[in-house]
Amino acid sequence: MRKWLLAPATLGLALALSTPAAAHRQWMLPSMTSLSGDDGWITVDAGISTDPFVADHNAARLDGISVTAPDGSAGAIENPSTGKLRSTFDVHLTKPGTWKIAGGMQAVFASWTVDGQPKRWRGKPAELASAVPANAADLKVSEVQNRNELFVTLGAPDTRLLTPSGKGLEFAPVTHPDDLVASEPATFGFLIDGKPAAGIEITIVPGGRRYRDQPNEIALKTDAKGQVVVKWPAPGVYWLQATTSDDKTSVPQARERRLGYTTTVEVLAP
Amino acid sequence: MRFAATMALAGFAATPAAAATINVTVTIPTLKVAEYHRPYVATWIEGANGAATSLALWYDHDNRENGGTKWLADLRQWWRKAGRTLKVPADGLTGATRAPGPQKIAAAPKLAPGSYTLLVEAARENGGREVVRVPFQWPPKSAQTTQAKGSSELGAVALTVAP
Repeated sequence: MRKWLLAPATLGLALALSTPAAAHRQWMLPSMTSLSGDDGWITVDAGISTDPFVADHNAARLDGISVTAPDGSAGAIENPSTGKLRSTFDVHLTKPGTWKIAGGMQAVFASWTVDGQPKRWRGKPAELASAVPANAADLKVSEVQNRNELFVTLGAPDTRLLTPSGKGLEFAPVTHPDDLVASEPATFGFLIDGKPAAGIEITIVPGGRRYRDQPNEIALKTDAKGQVVVKWPAPGVYWLQATTSDDKTSVPQARERRLGYTTTVEVLAP
Repeated sequence: MRFAATMALAGFAATPAAAATINVTVTIPTLKVAEYHRPYVATWIEGANGAATSLALWYDHDNRENGGTKWLADLRQWWRKAGRTLKVPADGLTGATRAPGPQKIAAAPKLAPGSYTLLVEAARENGGREVVRVPFQWPPKSAQTTQAKGSSELGAVALTVAP
């Protein structure tokens, strides 16, 4: 850490901020994503670890998780529990259509030096002013917005909850995320503030990392339309993350806005 | 089902083109397993454009609280193509799971001329899943029987199309 701070300021910042994201990944693992019947239950595990779905590090916090029913009404997480290595909760799907389970965070990261001592802080935008001392030197502020969403369908899938809000980095799938089959490539789009997110990086990690030698990650870049075409190597569960950064901050002190979108999809055998 | 076939036959005299029939024999194999449950079986037709027409669905249709529908998604290809948009139980389409042996389906579907595939998918509790496909042309010029065979969850599938 000390070495990094001695490095040129921009490099030090990039390392300090990108390290947590690269080393530990937020993940949610649904028991299934496509259900039949009049109603249905799913259970979801949520954790933070190097390999998605391998619960060997920390449980995810459940306080920011929201559930939305296909008609837009609020659902709820049930039987929540947070263990040492992973959290878990259930969702009762009581209406047909595609449900959304969303977590994520919006935070401000700041670093500065006081009397030659480096300081780092993370918190809500409104708390920034009071957190930074008046004699702080070399203040660097960045804004972070991460979404972590699951789509789960009872009956036939629909796209009502896939309407973008126009804020931050969003998922705009052309192929429905609950309609994936290994034999058919999927087209997924991404939007930043409602506009196509061209040239951003997408990382896809197949589940079952413990039972193979190589990570087998798929690295893709969105085209001019903000889309990628994913060819699934095999049926299974896949963790997908899009990341990018720009300077369109909402916090005046921040110079950089870092955006992340994470989802988990299930790819069925044909 | 038999009544429907008779009706179709009656229609044959008046409008030959519209009355072509499909007869399917699906053989559910006898399996020597410790715990046997009759499979869920879906039979449907897919056109070249992927559009699906269901012919039959055999499942736990009279389960208390409609609980048998919970496992319909296990017929995962049928579920994706046709099942998830179908309201079950459906008249003339859904029925109870069938015993091992040959089981018959008769239909007179209204299909545009073209190439089609008959698909039979079976999924069994504590067992496997299998899909058997039989291609055919519509409308048939003469009566034709095409055979296919499953290897695990389905036995012989015979499709007879007749004008």
